[in-house]
Amino acid sequence: MKTVAEMKYPGRLIAVEGLDGSGKSTQIYLLKRWLELQNLKVFFSEWNSSELVKSATSRAKRNMLLTPTTFSLIHATDFADRYERQLVPLLRAGYIVLCDRYIFTAFARDTARNCPPDWVRGLYSFAVLPDITFYFRADLDVSLNRILSGRPELKYYEAGMDLKLSNNPYESFKIFQGRLLEIYDRLAEEYNFFKIDGNLSIEAQQNEVRRIVNSKVDLSRYKLTM
Amino acid sequence: MNDLNKRIKAEKPIVRIKPSTHCRVKQPVRTPKRFYGHGIAGVDLESLTGKLIVVEGADGSGRSTQISRLVEWLEGSGHATLQVGLRHSTLVSEELARAKQGNTLGRLTMSLFYATDFADQLENSIIPSLKAGFMVLADRYIYTLMARDMVRGIDENWLRNLYGIALVPDVVFYLNVSTRQLVERNFAKHQTLDYWESGMDLGLSRDWFDSFTKYQTLLAEQFSKLQKIYNFIVVDGDRQIDEINSELRHRIELVLSGKC
Repeated sequence: MKTVAEMKYPGRLIAVEGLDGSGKSTQIYLLKRWLELQNLKVFFSEWNSSELVKSATSRAKRNMLLTPTTFSLIHATDFADRYERQLVPLLRAGYIVLCDRYIFTAFARDTARNCPPDWVRGLYSFAVLPDITFYFRADLDVSLNRILSGRPELKYYEAGMDLKLSNNPYESFKIFQGRLLEIYDRLAEEYNFFKIDGNLSIEAQQNEVRRIVNSKVDLSRYKLTM
Repeated sequence: MNDLNKRIKAEKPIVRIKPSTHCRVKQPVRTPKRFYGHGIAGVDLESLTGKLIVVEGADGSGRSTQISRLVEWLEGSGHATLQVGLRHSTLVSEELARAKQGNTLGRLTMSLFYATDFADQLENSIIPSLKAGFMVLADRYIYTLMARDMVRGIDENWLRNLYGIALVPDVVFYLNVSTRQLVERNFAKHQTLDYWESGMDLGLSRDWFDSFTKYQTLLAEQFSKLQKIYNFIVVDGDRQIDEINSELRHRIELVLSGKC
């Protein structure tokens, strides 16, 4: 697998990964604002957001119809749809594309659901690697507290209830997130993620994010011409 | 497999169809099951006592006619059956139909959509029925999906990994029908050529008939490649319905008696 730069596409791909509650969405939003305000060609894409596939995914999740295999495949379908119709055209057109979660989310979640890791990686082998992947890593308790402090309604798959780890959704969520964190830590080594300490203040994290983007991407090349 | 094929050829199947109304019901001989690749976690292959019989072939090759006759025969012989086909699952079929209407899907997306549908059927129909000892008759299987994708330039190794989840069938028949016959049967059935079965999305030709012919030829090429890898039995589908059916039965009998 190659990065966007290695593919010689003019665009650049920046992804954020991490547990729910790690603060990654806040950080990528601030990054997006910073780039937009410099009048750069930026595009933002979220995991699991293809219009076409979404209705199938929500129905299947609502009715708890998914096994680990179909959970994996339906998310791969969603990703492929965004990848083929949005991400690749944008990267070829010279955009900086920001992804809130990328293929590593699938690697982590599907592997945590006991899908064979090689199989999952094979599914996504068509995808180009990000030029920068930020990994927001907060202590497990910090992430859990951010999500659970409001006693939210945890969704079945989000809590990993399909894995029968516990009958209590909160307990199940904690065990599942713990598993994901272990897998993410391993992926971080393998794919050279830029690790950002999620225990730091929002400003300190954003400072680090902007510094890395600035040093890795020649931003002057991405000015909007309009 | 090849030796067996030779042996079967030498035996020459009988063309007469016997009504199977025997009182004594024969117990199928158990043979080991396996997956093509990584398979599906948590499936106990030992528990799959039924048989998986796949009939492949182009649109209009006579698959459904043959399958309904096989079902009748198998049930007459005392075996419980289940029929499955592509795009029968409830998981994504609605979205898939919608997407095909608008033709808005990229090739990888289309491929994964079908794979999701297949996996859903595999886990929710095929495997449970095999566990219950059913004869599962599949009207097409992963090979059609792979051939269609390969014609559209999708990497073969990627597909083989993707469909590593699939169970290896006990027998796979490929009904081989000449393109001329296919055209005639398609017109007889629908009075028109189907957009997808004509491969119109590929831009092979603006002319539907040309496109159909070219597309079916490309598919047949991919099938013959797959036939070598997956060892399916090629059945001459240009013959009479009964003649074909008796060949299928003969081979299924071998499967039931554990010789295949």
